[in-house]
Amino acid sequence: MSETLVSVQDMKVHFPIKRGVFMDRTVGYVYAVDGIDLEIKRGETYGLVGESGCGKSTLGRAMLRLNEPTAGRMVFDGQDFSALKGEELRKMRRRIQMVFQDPLSSLDPRQSVESILVEGLRAHDLDEGKESTAKRLRELLSAVGLPSTALRKYPHEFSGGQRQRIGIARALALNPDLIVADEPVSALDVSVQAQVVNLLEELQEQFGLTYLVIAHDLAVVKHISDRVGVMYLGGLVEEATAEDLYAEPLHPYTRALLSAIPVPDPVIEDRRERILLAGDLPSPANPPSGCRFHTRCPWRQATRCDTDRPVLRELKPGHKVACHYAEQIQSGEIQPHEVKPILVEEGDGLSPDIPLVGPASVTEALS
Amino acid sequence: MALLEVRDLSVVFQRKGEEPFRAVDGVSFDVEPGQTVGLVGESGCGKSVTSLAIMGLLPKRGATVTGTVTYDGTDLLKLSDKQMRDKRGSELGMVFQDPLSSLNPVVPIGLQVTEVLERHRGMPRKEAMIEAKDLLDKVGIPDPNRRLKEYPHQLSGGMRQRALIAIALACRPKLLIADEPTTALDVTIQAQILSLMKELVQDLGTALVMITHDLGVVAGLCDEVNVLYGGKVVEKAMRHKLFAEPRHPYTHGLLASIPRLDAAPGEKLTPIRGSVADNIPWTSACAFAPRCPNALDVCVQVTPPEEDQLGRLLRCHNPVVPGTPAAEEVPV
Repeated sequence: MSETLVSVQDMKVHFPIKRGVFMDRTVGYVYAVDGIDLEIKRGETYGLVGESGCGKSTLGRAMLRLNEPTAGRMVFDGQDFSALKGEELRKMRRRIQMVFQDPLSSLDPRQSVESILVEGLRAHDLDEGKESTAKRLRELLSAVGLPSTALRKYPHEFSGGQRQRIGIARALALNPDLIVADEPVSALDVSVQAQVVNLLEELQEQFGLTYLVIAHDLAVVKHISDRVGVMYLGGLVEEATAEDLYAEPLHPYTRALLSAIPVPDPVIEDRRERILLAGDLPSPANPPSGCRFHTRCPWRQATRCDTDRPVLRELKPGHKVACHYAEQIQSGEIQPHEVKPILVEEGDGLSPDIPLVGPASVTEALS
Repeated sequence: MALLEVRDLSVVFQRKGEEPFRAVDGVSFDVEPGQTVGLVGESGCGKSVTSLAIMGLLPKRGATVTGTVTYDGTDLLKLSDKQMRDKRGSELGMVFQDPLSSLNPVVPIGLQVTEVLERHRGMPRKEAMIEAKDLLDKVGIPDPNRRLKEYPHQLSGGMRQRALIAIALACRPKLLIADEPTTALDVTIQAQILSLMKELVQDLGTALVMITHDLGVVAGLCDEVNVLYGGKVVEKAMRHKLFAEPRHPYTHGLLASIPRLDAAPGEKLTPIRGSVADNIPWTSACAFAPRCPNALDVCVQVTPPEEDQLGRLLRCHNPVVPGTPAAEEVPV
């Protein structure tokens, strides 16, 4: 068995923006994921962080082929998952399961817990007679810490944390190798978050699972992950082990992100120096040229930043960063400066240069 | 006398044919000018209902509000609807959690800001527009002249929240209540908004009531912290004291269950068992007892009284001894 379980190669997901009523003309693309390479080793937890709109969920979904990627591929356990079709793809999907953010909307309200858990087993011919299935279900429930009486109940009868446990049991049912967890705890209260985080860790030990955890909360990601990738506007800007990343962030964006997170300790809060980023995330439909972060970067330099897109390069063993000036910033040679916020267009974010031709609505077309 | 004195505030919701539900149960706190007071707790602890009760925004039918809310010498709960409308927006400002649903989607931002100025300060529209531009500028919205003409959907989440703060500040309120103002925002934007609020409190001397579930936000912003559980304040202290030595098992448990950025690698989280749904009524017990690692027999028999311990209010029969690690979790 090779050490690498998942390898994502130059993954791209571009969503077309359509205009017009009768003929959908494509007027542009949302570059949700724009060229990502990453590797996940067997048995590790890879954390993917970034703010809303950075493409982290899209990347997760594209890896599972819930959205077809525009380009690039994912190699899963030596096989090209992106090239699989039909029955082969369906069979492979058993080994990659997903846990969703909102446990209420990702569980069918009209299915009992038993039926939710059995559905996957049946689909993959793992349902071998009543007795063994019943045993399997009891095992699953006890693994996620739910009483066996839960089987006959429906999702609405549970609290948020318990529902998330059902979602995890469903993912576990098929004995997967990889679990992709998209914001598994962000819908939960803090006291319950810790229960689910601990549960995920215990299950990993018990079943030797590999996780891809997608979250916006860096503290949670730091806690749960072995390695962390930071995304900004469709690209990976930094990748390192959890400790390295937090001890020594190299990319300006990671630094700003880390400094923005409130720590529940007034002593630290009073001392801390905040790197406040100016303005908002630019639209992924019209991303800035060069380094995607240069419009908000306090360390931006006059050359290269706005023209060349930096590639992810290994600065130290296991610590990759996509910044032209990472070394100089780290040594203090380049000091941060003031950044003026730039207006960010909401909506589809198309550049105003694209002429909008053709009718905008049915009424307009008919008149 | 404090600017705002909330005494024994209770809110009971009554629906036909159902048991009355006590959402807020005897909450008291003071806010001085220029001071920031935090109300922290998880969903369902009554923190938002407290703010709505102070602002007189709860429905008259179905919700019974008792106690007193004294603002600058007048009891807000005794004012008529019209008197309250005059206070709200001029002296009392409020910032809500979701800026998109609290802004009117079919009215340009400019008009929503000037509306307050025209209503409360009697400004003519033209003058108000100039003032509105200054306000947007002050809260850090770039190119305010253009933004005034735009609609809420054209602004990003952070900008919308800034616009909402501009509206709340339009009449220079003495008291601002912010109900989870940054929960819907990304961390980098949250940092921008929090530093803006801090600046405003310092510059204008506004008293701020900050309602949040995020202990990190509280640690950086609030002077005094009230921890709510099941509608009651279970612990109240100045922030340094509270975070350095949490005494109530709930506060203690909350702090132990949050993953921290500065934690050592491999450190385990200690969750609080159960969920808010396990609460029992405060009537003759401690609501937190079913989830409490320190619970004694007395906890389910007698409501713990509020005790004053050297600048700390505590409602617990068996408080945490300072320095003890969080209790091991009992398997659920």
